[in-house]
Amino acid sequence: MTVTMTAKLTSLGALAATVVPSALYFTGAIGHEAVKWSALAGTCFWFAATPLWIGRKLPIDAAEVEI
Amino acid sequence: MSEAPTAGGEFERQRVPDTALLGAGRFWGMYAGEHTAGTEFMIGPLFLAAGASLQDLVIGLLLGNVLAVLTWRLLVTPIAVARRLTLYYQLERIAGHRLVKLYNLVNGILFCFLAGAMVTVSASAIGIPFGIFYEVPQATFGFGAPSFTVLVVFVGAAMALVAAAGYEMVARFANVAAPWMICIFAVCGIVSLVQVQATSVAAIVNGQFWRDAIVFVQQREGTQQFGFWQIVVFAWLCNGAMHFGMADLSIFRFARHRSSGWAPAIGMFLGHYMAWIAAGLMLAAQIKLARDHTANPGALAWGALGWTGIICVVIAGWTTANPTIYRAGLAFQGLLPRSRRTVMTLIAGAVATLAGAFPNLSAQLLDFVGTYGTILGPMGAVIFVDFYLMKRFGLRDEYALNKGISVNLAVLIAWLLPVGVGLYLIFWQGVFAAYAVVPAWIACGAIYLLLSKAVQKPVSGTV
Repeated sequence: MTVTMTAKLTSLGALAATVVPSALYFTGAIGHEAVKWSALAGTCFWFAATPLWIGRKLPIDAAEVEI
Repeated sequence: MSEAPTAGGEFERQRVPDTALLGAGRFWGMYAGEHTAGTEFMIGPLFLAAGASLQDLVIGLLLGNVLAVLTWRLLVTPIAVARRLTLYYQLERIAGHRLVKLYNLVNGILFCFLAGAMVTVSASAIGIPFGIFYEVPQATFGFGAPSFTVLVVFVGAAMALVAAAGYEMVARFANVAAPWMICIFAVCGIVSLVQVQATSVAAIVNGQFWRDAIVFVQQREGTQQFGFWQIVVFAWLCNGAMHFGMADLSIFRFARHRSSGWAPAIGMFLGHYMAWIAAGLMLAAQIKLARDHTANPGALAWGALGWTGIICVVIAGWTTANPTIYRAGLAFQGLLPRSRRTVMTLIAGAVATLAGAFPNLSAQLLDFVGTYGTILGPMGAVIFVDFYLMKRFGLRDEYALNKGISVNLAVLIAWLLPVGVGLYLIFWQGVFAAYAVVPAWIACGAIYLLLSKAVQKPVSGTV
């Protein structure tokens, strides 16, 4: 598995770790603290992995004055 | 305008060639990230604080955002695809380069106030771990707690320095953060529903938690109402400068097909629908749990998602403030071409920091956004009329270019008159700011057409 693919899967897992626990919290399956810690872990993994593969160019005219 | 070539600086003064056109996917990706930002943390809670009912919010935002998307698709994209010029250059050809400089200066100042609100947003989050809180004083130009003011100065200075150093680094970071930020807003909304004990469809539809929160606020701040049509108009026109004002000509000039004009839909429904409602739910949760109705973005996010919420607010505020301060710096540099961009950017950052030190300005973001659209939106009417009506009425389009003038008086008067009346109605008659955008736009277009009929002189030769 390439580095890029690993990074993409890591990012996906990170988003899941951020979002899924909130749904479980909504159903009463887990507590608020678990949601917060899971989101923090997901955030760390997201910012570690995503820059390795996200290649979207800067927005068009991003640096120009938009009036 | 810049000291070095910039990433987006292609075809500034020429039609975008066919070889540089882009497919719809690029625009959908861009708009998804652009409209889930720091402003959402401020605006969402302000709806609840202003007394908007949950039902009106859910339906009103839906309708308003649909209208916004239609405006982009039907008003902006056809002209953008036909002309393929930046707004700046298109306006210069119609209005003259000196008038565009004035317009750009006004825009730069407004950018500074918008960036100031984002400095406040980020500072509100950074202050949470240190026990420094964002509190709104009574006076519009009153400072908050001394510790918060000092924090704002540090945060604003840091943002200004980063913006002055260049645009790309923070912009690339914003690209990375965008999908995550969208998810965080959704998660905060879901967590807040649990915190207000609305964990069933029946409870959510009933909306008692929302009504209780409004009662709590209004017992302390007085009765206010934010009706359905205010919500619709606000959602429609909060980006008035971008669609009615034609700012996004600069973006859609690269579109291969007009269908790319539907792309703002993703930004509207992720940012100006989901994120706003989620942010409103966060305030409802804070009111229920802490009996505190302060719309402090940092505190709201801390209550919902702890450190992740804090990180999100800081990033959201920063990634919105950075390009805004940078663009304000470019606008000021346009007025003084010999000045250095870094110096102008630092000045813009200083103005933004000063604005950010007045918490009440950020708390009035709903009105500011409407005022912003009222001031800048009408120029889009000039472009609209110039594109569709001038030749039809026997007049010359792009008159400043063809006549070789630096100020098209018809444009200047057509812009200033409705804007002046609009600002009078907003500040002296208390009209909801967003209500003034469309009338000012229509008036500007009509006056421009009539004045052009009166003042246009025959142009010798063609350009």
